[in-house]
Amino acid sequence: MAVYQRTYQRYDGRMLSLDTRLLALARFTFEDMRKSRILGPVFYVGLIWPMVSLLIVYLHHNLDALRMMDVGVNQLLAIDKRFFYVFLSFQSTISFFVAALAGPGLISPDLANGALSSLLARPVRRTDYVLGRLLPLAAMLSLITWVPGLVIFLLQTSLVGWDWFTANWRIAFGLFAGGMLWVAVLSLMAIALSAWVKWKPVAGALMFAVFFIAAALGEILNALLETRWGHLVNMRTLMATAWAWLIEGKATGGSGFGLFYVFENQEIPVSAAFAMLALFCLLCIRLLAIRIRGVEVVR
Amino acid sequence: MPAIIELDQLQVTLGKRVILKGLQASLTGKSIGLLGPNGAGKSTLINTLLGYYQPSGGTARVFGMDIRNQARDLRALIGFMPENDSFIARMSGVRFVRLMAELSGLPPAEALERAHEVFYYVGLGEQRYRPIGTYSLGMRQMTKLAQAIVHGPRLVILDEPTNGLDPMARKRMIQLVREIHAQEGVHLIISSHLLRDVEECCDQVLILKDGAVAAFCDLERERIANRNVFELELKNDAGAFVTALALQGCDAAWSGNGRVRMVLPDGHERREIFQLAATHNVQIRSMHRRRDSLEDLFLKAME
Repeated sequence: MAVYQRTYQRYDGRMLSLDTRLLALARFTFEDMRKSRILGPVFYVGLIWPMVSLLIVYLHHNLDALRMMDVGVNQLLAIDKRFFYVFLSFQSTISFFVAALAGPGLISPDLANGALSSLLARPVRRTDYVLGRLLPLAAMLSLITWVPGLVIFLLQTSLVGWDWFTANWRIAFGLFAGGMLWVAVLSLMAIALSAWVKWKPVAGALMFAVFFIAAALGEILNALLETRWGHLVNMRTLMATAWAWLIEGKATGGSGFGLFYVFENQEIPVSAAFAMLALFCLLCIRLLAIRIRGVEVVR
Repeated sequence: MPAIIELDQLQVTLGKRVILKGLQASLTGKSIGLLGPNGAGKSTLINTLLGYYQPSGGTARVFGMDIRNQARDLRALIGFMPENDSFIARMSGVRFVRLMAELSGLPPAEALERAHEVFYYVGLGEQRYRPIGTYSLGMRQMTKLAQAIVHGPRLVILDEPTNGLDPMARKRMIQLVREIHAQEGVHLIISSHLLRDVEECCDQVLILKDGAVAAFCDLERERIANRNVFELELKNDAGAFVTALALQGCDAAWSGNGRVRMVLPDGHERREIFQLAATHNVQIRSMHRRRDSLEDLFLKAME
C-alpha cells in the first residue's frame, strides 16, 4: 500500500515464525528501558566493581606492574571464595537499584489504558508477553551480576591454570546459580509489582519495602517469639544463605557481605531458604497470572 | 459458501454465571453484524473467539479452526479493535502500531512501513509521531482501527467502532470500514448498538439477547425481499383502492389511518399503482420503499 494512494490493501508479504514474537516485544522493552535517564548511569556504576576486580586478578599475576606500583601481593584482596562472595553481594546490591528503577515501568503502562487487550489479541501467549517484558531486565541484571563474575573466574583460571579451576569449580557454579536465582527473584518481583501497582514511584518503593520492611518484621518476630524463623521473611538473609551454600558449600553464621548476611547463631536451614525463595517466585508468577489477561474477568 | 464462523452449542460461564447459552449459528457473510442490548453477550462472544475466555461447553470454529486448541494460530488471522481504550500512552502512534504489526509476525522493516501507511490510511498521517496519550477520542478510535488492520488480517473484529465519534468522524469510520469490507479476502465482524452502523456495513446480522441467539438475519436477502415492499400514505377513502390492488395481484394491507403497506409483484411497475389510484379518485401523498427492516427485526427479536 503506497502512502500516496491511501487505500487499504491487505499485507501479503513475508511473516516471521510464531516464536519470534517474544523477541519483538523484548526489543521494544529494551528500547523503552534505554530511554531512562537514570537507569543508564546506575547500570554503568554496576560495571565499575567488575572492572576493578578484573584489575585485581590481573595484578595478582603481574609482578612487574605490582613492583612499579610499589604494592605487595599480600596487600591485594585474595582471589578466593570470599572474594567472589563479596563480588556477588556487592553487584547484587547495585542490581537491586537497577531493578527498582527499570522494573515498575515494564507492565504498568500496558495496563493503564487497556493495551493488553490489543497485545494479547495477537498470536502471543501470556507467557510470551511476560517473558518479553521480563527478559531485557533479567539480561541487564545478569550483565552486572553473574556474567562479569564468571568472566573474572575465567580470567583467574586462564592465569593460574586448570588445577585452580578443578579446585574451585564450585565458585563458578555458585556465581552462575546464585546469580540466576537472584536475577529471577528480582525480575519476577519487579514485574509482578509493575502489574499491580500503577504508579512507578510506589512500585519502586514497594520493592524496598519487600526487602527492608519485611526484614524488620522478621526481626520483630524473632525478638518477640525468641526464634530464628523470622528470617524466613528476610529476603536478604534468604539470599545470603542460598549464596553461601552455593559458593562455599555451607551457610554458617557470619557469612555474607553488605546487605546480604547470615546472622550468627541464627542460621536457617538451607532447604528452608530455597523453599521460601521458590515460594516467593511462585507467588509473583501467580500475581502475574491473575493480572495479565486480555480482558478483565468480572465474575 | 463455507462458514466463516461456526458456533456449535457454544457456552461460556464466568464464575457461576452462564453468559453465552449454547449458541448455534453458521455465519457465512463477508461482513457480520453482532447486535443486542447491553449484557446480551456480544463482547463475551468476541472475547471467546479471541481465546480470552475458554468455552465451558460446545465450541466455535473460525475459518475452520477450533478456538479451543488453535487459538494462537487463529489470532494470527484476526485483527481486533477493542471497544475500550487500548493503547500505551507514552508511545507514539506509529511505534505502537509497529509493535502490533511485529507481534503479528511482520518483519521489523515491513512493520514500520505498514505502520506509516496505515496511519495515512486512517487519516492520522500528520499525527503519527505524537504520543497516543495526547490524542483525542476520535484519533484513538482511528489508532485502534489502524492497529487492527496493519498486518492485513483475514478477519477484522470491530467492537463498537463508532463509539464516541462525532458525526463527521463516524462517517469517516463507516467509510473506512466499507472500504476494508470491499477488499477481497477480508471478513468483518462488527459489534454495535447502532443499527444504522450495522445496516450500512453488514450482510448478515446475529442478534443476541440474554446470551442466546434471538435472531439471525441475512440482510442482503432482506433487502431483496423488501425491494418490492412499499408504504403509501393516502388521502380519501381507500377501501375500493385496496380491493383493486388485491385484484391486480398486490398483497396490500390497509391500516385504517390512510396508510397502506403493499407488496408489488414482480413484473408490475410503480406507475400502475398511480394509475389505479387515479381511477379510484385516491390521492397518494407519499410512497416509499420499506427501509427499516433491521429495526423491525431487532425489535421483534427483543420482544
